[in-house]
Parts: sequence; C-alpha cells; structure tokens
Amino acid sequence: MLRIPCPYCGPRDETEFAYGGEAHIARPQNPATTTDADWADFLFMRKNPKGRHRERWMHARGCRQWFNVERDTVTHQIVTVYRMGEPPPETPR
Amino acid sequence: MSTQPFRLPRGGRIDRARPHRFIFNGRAYSGYAGDTLAAALLANGIHLVGRSFKYHRPRGIVTAGVEEPNALVQLGVGARSEPNLRATQCELYDGLIATSQNCWPSLRFDLGAINDRLARFLPAGFYYKTFMWPPSAWMQYEHAIRRMAGLGTAPEERDSDRYDKRLVHCDVLVVGAGPAGLAAALAAGRTGARVILADEQVEFGGSLLSGSAEIDGRPALDWVARATAELDWMAEAKLLRRATVFGYYDHNYLAIVERVADHLANPGEREPRQRLWKVRARQVVLATGAIERPLIFRDNDRPGIMLAGAARAYAHRYAAVPGRRTVVFTNNDSAYAAALDLIEAGGPVTTLIDIRAEPQGELADAVRAHGVEVIGGSAIVATSGRHRVKGVEVMRLTPDGTGVAGPVKYRDCDVVCMSGGWTPAVHLFSQSRGTLAYDSTHGCFVPSRAAQATHVAGICNGAWTLAECLRQGFTAGTAAARAAGFVEVAAAAAPPAPEPTATPPRILWAVPSDRAGTTSKHFVDFQNDVTVADIQLAAREGYRSVEHVKRYTTSGMGTDQGKLGNIPALGVLSDVLAADLPSLGTTTFRPPYTPVSFGALTGRDIDALADPIRVTPMHDWHVANGAIFEDVGQWKRPHFYPRAGETMRAAVDREVTAARTAVGILDASTLGKIDIQGPDAVTLLNRIYTNGWTTLEAARCRYGLMLKDDGMVIDDGVTTRLAPDHFHMTTTTGNAARVLGWLEEWVQTEWPDLRVYMASVTEQWAVATLSGPRARDVLAAAGTDLDLAPTAFPSQSMRQGAVAGMPARVFRVSFTGELSYEVNVPARCGGALWEALIAAGAPFGITPYGTEAMHVLRAEKGFIIVGQETDGTVTPLDLGLDRLVSKTKDFIGKRALLRPDTQRSDRKQLVGLLTEDPNEVLPEGAQIVVERRPEPPMPMIGHVTSSYFSPTLGRSIALALIVGGRARHGETLCVPLLGKTVKVEVAESCFYDRDGARANG
Repeated sequence: MLRIPCPYCGPRDETEFAYGGEAHIARPQNPATTTDADWADFLFMRKNPKGRHRERWMHARGCRQWFNVERDTVTHQIVTVYRMGEPPPETPR
Repeated sequence: MSTQPFRLPRGGRIDRARPHRFIFNGRAYSGYAGDTLAAALLANGIHLVGRSFKYHRPRGIVTAGVEEPNALVQLGVGARSEPNLRATQCELYDGLIATSQNCWPSLRFDLGAINDRLARFLPAGFYYKTFMWPPSAWMQYEHAIRRMAGLGTAPEERDSDRYDKRLVHCDVLVVGAGPAGLAAALAAGRTGARVILADEQVEFGGSLLSGSAEIDGRPALDWVARATAELDWMAEAKLLRRATVFGYYDHNYLAIVERVADHLANPGEREPRQRLWKVRARQVVLATGAIERPLIFRDNDRPGIMLAGAARAYAHRYAAVPGRRTVVFTNNDSAYAAALDLIEAGGPVTTLIDIRAEPQGELADAVRAHGVEVIGGSAIVATSGRHRVKGVEVMRLTPDGTGVAGPVKYRDCDVVCMSGGWTPAVHLFSQSRGTLAYDSTHGCFVPSRAAQATHVAGICNGAWTLAECLRQGFTAGTAAARAAGFVEVAAAAAPPAPEPTATPPRILWAVPSDRAGTTSKHFVDFQNDVTVADIQLAAREGYRSVEHVKRYTTSGMGTDQGKLGNIPALGVLSDVLAADLPSLGTTTFRPPYTPVSFGALTGRDIDALADPIRVTPMHDWHVANGAIFEDVGQWKRPHFYPRAGETMRAAVDREVTAARTAVGILDASTLGKIDIQGPDAVTLLNRIYTNGWTTLEAARCRYGLMLKDDGMVIDDGVTTRLAPDHFHMTTTTGNAARVLGWLEEWVQTEWPDLRVYMASVTEQWAVATLSGPRARDVLAAAGTDLDLAPTAFPSQSMRQGAVAGMPARVFRVSFTGELSYEVNVPARCGGALWEALIAAGAPFGITPYGTEAMHVLRAEKGFIIVGQETDGTVTPLDLGLDRLVSKTKDFIGKRALLRPDTQRSDRKQLVGLLTEDPNEVLPEGAQIVVERRPEPPMPMIGHVTSSYFSPTLGRSIALALIVGGRARHGETLCVPLLGKTVKVEVAESCFYDRDGARANG
C-alpha cells in the first residue's frame, strides 16, 4: 500500500485516496471547434508509461482536495506532489 | 498412553513438570509443554504422519519449522477445526487433537496409494493431457480428482473465534529474532528508535535454539537471554513472538500475523485467536535466516528421512531423538555439526556419507573420533522401508558427479539426516522487489539491491558464520536507526563467536542412481509429488521458463510454496537445459510467506461491521410495520410492506393502486442531496447539466441530466433554486457521493475560478413523499401554513413552511406521475413527520409503499432510473430526452453528442415493450431478437432494462434499449427464453397519462 504525501494533510495511506488518472490533460478551450479526432484524443487517449508518470489523486477520506503526484510506475516511488494549478516541479531523473 | 521411548532423559527446552496429553489419529500420546506436535510425535517414535498429494506415498516429518512440506495435519474438531497446519509449528497443549490428511481409510492403509503403482501413467501434465476431452466432462473428472488429490478439509461450521487487527508505525521493524535480528534490534533500540522485533517462533534465538553454538565464550542462549532482557527494558521496543511477517508491500508496509491463542488449550475470552499487525516502518531490517535444502536422491521421501538441521533441533531443543541408527548424507559441513550434536545428545550416528571426496578438517576428524564411518565421494542410490526407512544403498560417485560406479554398500538405519546446503530466506526481500544475486559456491540466491528502505543481515544475506551474522546484525540495526534519524549513543561491537573453519559445499542437484526410469522417484517437491523425471519431461516437452515449468509440474505450489524444493528444481532444470542457473531466474515470491487464515485478514469486519449500514430516521416505523427491506448501496430501504398472508406481488399491486387511486407515502430520505451555494452556482449547474438553469426562478424546481464528457448519462435528478445563489440538488440514492465528487473534481481541477461551494446534506434532511390524488388532502389534514392551492403552489415548485408543526421544505415534484409532495424536514423530525402524515392520511386510505411499487409507478410513466435504463453507454438522445439537451450553451458531454458515433440512427434507443400475453412478465436483462432461429447465432438487437406487472394497466410492461428502437414502434419482436419465445410489441416508453395531467393538476 502506497504512502502518499497529501500537500494539505501530510503523508497518509493509499486507502484514504482516490486515483484520478493522468494529470495535465487540458480540456479543449472551445469544444465546438475541436475536431472529432482531437476530441476523441482528449476523451480517450492516455499515456501508460513504464516509469515516471504525472497523475491526479484526491484525498477522498481526508481533505477531499485534488492534487498532482509524480510517481514511478515501476518502483511506485513517489517523486513529488504538487497542488492543482501549480506547474510540475523539476525533478531529478 | 505410551511412554515417549525416544525422549532423552535430560536436556531440551521443554518443561518436564508440565506433561500434556494429546490425540493423534485417534490414539492418545503424551508430550511436554514446549514441544511442537512434531517433536512430541518423534518422542513417541512416530515418523509416519501423512500421505503425499498425488501418489499417496507414506510421508514423515522432514523439517522442524515453517518450511515443512509433509507433516500437515488437521487440528481440532468442529468449528475450530483447521486444515493444513504444520505439525512442526503446532505448539503442543493439553488435549490437542490432530489427524492426518489425504488418506482413506487410514494412514497406514491408504487405498489412494494405488496411484504410486500407476505413477508411470501419471507424469507431469497428466491432467492437462488426459481430461481435456470432452470439455463438458471436466466437471465430473474434477470432482473425482479433487477427492483423490487433496489436503485437509475446510470446516463447515462458522468460525467461532475472534480476530483482531492493529495498525502501527515504527522507526525500525526487525524481522527475525535469530542472532542477526537480535543484534539489529539491540543496535537500533539503543539509539532510542521505536523498534518492533517480530519472530515466528515461540521464543527468540532462531537457529541458536537448536544448536550448541557459543558466543563470547559462553552458551549462545545466555547471550540470547541477555539481549532479550535488554530489549524488554527498552520503552520503545515492542517484541512480538509467534508473529510471522508474511507480506512486504510498497513503501515499507508489512503485514504480520500473530498467533495469540492458538497454543492455548482454553483460549481466554478477552484475547483474540490471532491478531493481524499492519506495520508502516521507516526502516526494515530483514534477518529472516535460511532454510536447509534436501538432497534429491532416489526415494528420498520415506518417513525417517529428514533434514539434518531438523534432527539436530529435535535432539537439542526438544530432547527427542529421531532414531537409534542414524545415517547422515550431506554435501556440506553443517551436517557434521548436526551429527556431533546428535551424538552428544544421545542419538547414535553410524555412517556419514559425503558427496565431497576425501572429507578433511576439524569437523570430519571430530566425527570420526566418535567412531562414525565417514564415506566420501559417494551417494545414497536407493533406500528401503515402506512406513519407515530401513536402510540405504551407497555407491561411489563418478568424478563428474553424473553417475555412480563400483560395489554397493548396504547400511541399516532408522533415520537418514540429509543436508543439501542452505537457502537464504529471501522471500520478503524479494516481495519488496529487491533484486537477487546468485552465489554459485553455496548454490543459492542472496539479496543484491534493495528496492525500499531495507537492510538485510545474517544468513539470509549470505553470512555463513555466526560471527558474521552478529556483525551484520549490529551494522544493519545501527544503519537502519541512523537512516530513521537516530544516532547511536555507544558503538555496539559484535561479540566473538568462533566456529570451525568451513569447507565449501559441493552442489549436485540430482543425485544419480544406478537405476533410472520413470518409476524411479527422486522427489524435488515433496508436497506436490514432483520428481526430477517430471522436470526433465517438462524440459523435453519444450518448457523453458521457470514460471511455466512451475505451473506445468506444480513444483513450488501448495501450502509450502516450494520452500525446500524451489532451488533444487531450478538446479535440475538448469542441468537438463544445460543453462546457467542464474540465467533462469526464480519464480516470483508473492505474499503470504506462510498461509494466513481468512479470519485474521478479516478481523472484526464481519456481519454488521463488514460494511456500514445506513438507515433513515423512519427506519424503526418500517421495522415495526413489517417492511421487507432491500439494500440500496449501504442503505436499508423498505422494498414493500406485506400484510399478513400477502405475497410480494399482491403487496406491490396494492401499494401501486393506492398511490394511483388514493394516496401513498414513500420514505425518500435516502435521496442524495447536495447544497450548492455561491455567486457562480448557476454557472456550475449550466456546465454540469444538459439543460439550462439561468432562467430558473427562485423556489422553482427543474429536472436535469448529467453526462460525462463522453456524452453518456451518469445521473439525473431534480434541482431547486432556493435563492439566486443557493440551490438544492438531488441525486440518485446510490450516486450521491459520486455526484458530489464529480462536482468537486470539476470545480477544483478545471474551474477553480468559480465561486461556488457544495456540501452533502443527504443525512440532514428526512423526506416523506406523499403521492396520489389525495396527497393534497393529507398535507392539509396534517396541518400546514402553506397555501396548497394549485395556483399558489404549482407543480415544479418548492415552498418553505410548517408541516405538522415542523419546519419543512416541500417540493411539488413527481416521480410517480401523480400529484406529489416531497416533504423535507430536519432529520431529527423524520420519525415524527412520518407518523403525523400516516395519522393524518388514515381517513384517505394512506398506504406506505416501498421501492418496488415506486419502480412500477415510475415505469408506468416511462421514467428512467440511472443504472437501470442506462449503463454508461447511453446518451440523452438514446433515451429520447432531446428536449433536455440545450442547443444554446456548452455543457459537459455536449461535444461528444456531436461525434458520428453518438449520432448514429442505429444506436440502442429506449422504447416500451408490451408482451403478447399480458400476464407474461419478461425477465430484466432478457435479450431481444427480430425473429427466433432454431439455433444460435441470431443477431441480438437489444435488451430489457425494466419489467414489471402494472396493476394500473392490468398487464405487464417493460422498458428496453433496442437498436433503432424509436423507428420500430408497432413492430413485433421476439424475446427468446429458456424453453419458449415471447412475442413483444414495441410501444411508447410512457404507458400511462402521457400528457401528465395527473401530476400537474
């Protein structure tokens, strides 16, 4: 079970969190003028990297805040966490 | 009662003042406190304890610990009975009852042993090859196979014991309390770190309990006692005995099962039977020891053939000698030490056979000095004795070790002690995803690179001497504490522990024999009856991956997960494939290290505590009035209220009819309710719902549909504007939490600029829904200051006032198609409101109705239920709700509704179905075809989503999703069911009062 450092509450067990998939998927500003292909890309296409992955988590059984996590999908190491709207911090590879 | 003829007159760590009686296979025996069941059986001269899994061969006690493959017993009777327990770990208590497994009619005479004679017809993969055809017969085969091949029997009664769980944090968790673990715990504990030391045995000491080692010039157990006493004094150290660390998960999360009361004849009322410890450790020190390997020689499975280290443990720790004439067979030094211990304890050793040529050195000299015949460069090529080994045949090995030659020597014996070297217990290290390296000298894998905050010490880290174990222990403990932020106060030096100089082992995975062939059984995996021949066969048939060989031969499966046989099996495979052993890798180590009971994993989360039960404020009334309940999520909702002698159908018909002709009352408190406030609340609703909200006036209600961005319906409900920037949203009962989460997600992640705030108020409001032509009369009779005149309180509006003296919000919205008032009062008033309305409604024939009648009423009106008419692939257009989809504003899901796929005319669309026979009620989920063909396949064009008998219409009704359904009105379709075909006509999805006059009047 992962131990996730909530940027608002501190480190908590994974069971307190909900997973929200890949982070930084920008919703197209003007859906009406977005092509079908681009819209489908936004809706359905996600990265599935072996390694570093930026993803969203929500502290569902805590402060209920969404935030971003950079996690290594191989080692489960959590490299960094940052709040919604903040740019991803530079992390050493 | 027998007299323990194999018990030594003195010594051992047993309490001779506390004799225990026990029953094994129906016979009474005696042992002592401190014995394991296996030790007590050996003291009574019993080696034969079980039958093997496949061939039903007689099997004895092989080990003295956790790795035991054979001596599995069924312990206890009735609800407390537990199968597959290792006799080598069951502590003896007075009155213990144990029975052998997998034998019938008895252990000594087992009919299943015919499999041993048929072995040539039962090679690896036999079941896969033989029982494939015809496929339909597998169920019968499986039944017979499961009866023949099996272990213990699961108890049929409910587990009567209690279990407990604890979640703890510590700075350093030390796993294993042998010399390395104790040293690590001492070093870490002295820094003031919070230390947990867990060991699976009854007492600390590990391997030191079973040998005669010395530390600092004194018996090693003196050092163990001093170390344990020091740890006991440490305020921050927690010492767990009988506690197996069975899982090492991510981020230093480990699980321990502590056997609190398994060893007690009469467990106390206050203690659980077992306790699960869930530990989050800053640092972990693994000092998990090593497991001795068997030698893989012909017929190496007879009762009486055991590991040398186990024999040593029985003699030394339990004062029980395994036999009177012992032959030792080894490839390494440790068996010499075991032989010396056995001799000293009083168990004569006659012959020692060493695979290594010319055994020399201190140990060999010492053994010879006791008159033991030492035969070097030789191997056991055969053994005899059915229920107990009687003798061995010995021949010289050829120099390359692949064959034998020369004359055969016969040696009588009643015990063979074997040692094939030692395998570090890297299970937990490997579970933590640390990598392993191969040690070719000792023929085993050792930890290489840790993946987590893990330190490894002792023989599990390749420390082959006691002095090195102690040194590594102190080093690892100090390093772990330092990494957790604790600095040592005084340097801890490992005490000296001199041992004889070691000679390296000689690795020979399969010991050759002069007789080969498929009937020759060199057992690699005792528990699953896997032989060298099986692994060779798998390789011949093309299996290369160790994972595939494991699954094909079953080597390494079962309750012991190959603790003895995995490495020898790999060795045999590398020999036959002529491949480098480390290049083959190992099979994956998975938790649990040893089997864990479901009880321990479940703890107290059973029955009412398994999942929260949510009840409404009116629940007691429902119970008192005979409601039958239905689970809706965690809620208990009245399903229907049968009167004496009434069937469900009759009750539901009565409840529906009451709501249509008089008045019904429904407990709607479970409806999800979200309070939404803020200047941008209306903006949020406009984006979340498909329809527009800007023009909604205060105190007005509107039905809304919520989509995901892929255009599919996820929820619906009525939302009411309480004030310009204040809304009351309702959601489906089961979706309340999800919808709140959905709103929060959008506001937090996509629209943080919106000034809007929301909170769940589901449990703050109790709701009683009055529905039916007399609903207004009941509300008036209950007493209210609201003007109920239709012009003053029209449909789709909300009024705040008093109802029966309680503060209320009354919503005039209808899910039944009848005149309806949803009366919301503070939750604490729910019971009083309900009783007041029931009393006021009595003259009008008020009838409580449950969720089933609610479903019938809404289905008659063609109202959808999200999750029933929708399944995540249904758009508002599919439901025929185009009028709720705004053309002018953007909303979540709008763009997806313009994709070609959501625009297709042949999507499944919601329609009504009327069966040809009005009394035929279709099963929900039934598939729909255009015409039934004699045989499948036939194209299925849809399915039934809701189906009921409608008492209002006097016939059955159904809703269905059908390909291009709206264009099929009037068509006749078929619903193929088992044994019949039902003809249905496609109809409007609304069956009753299509213009809505009843609800709006």
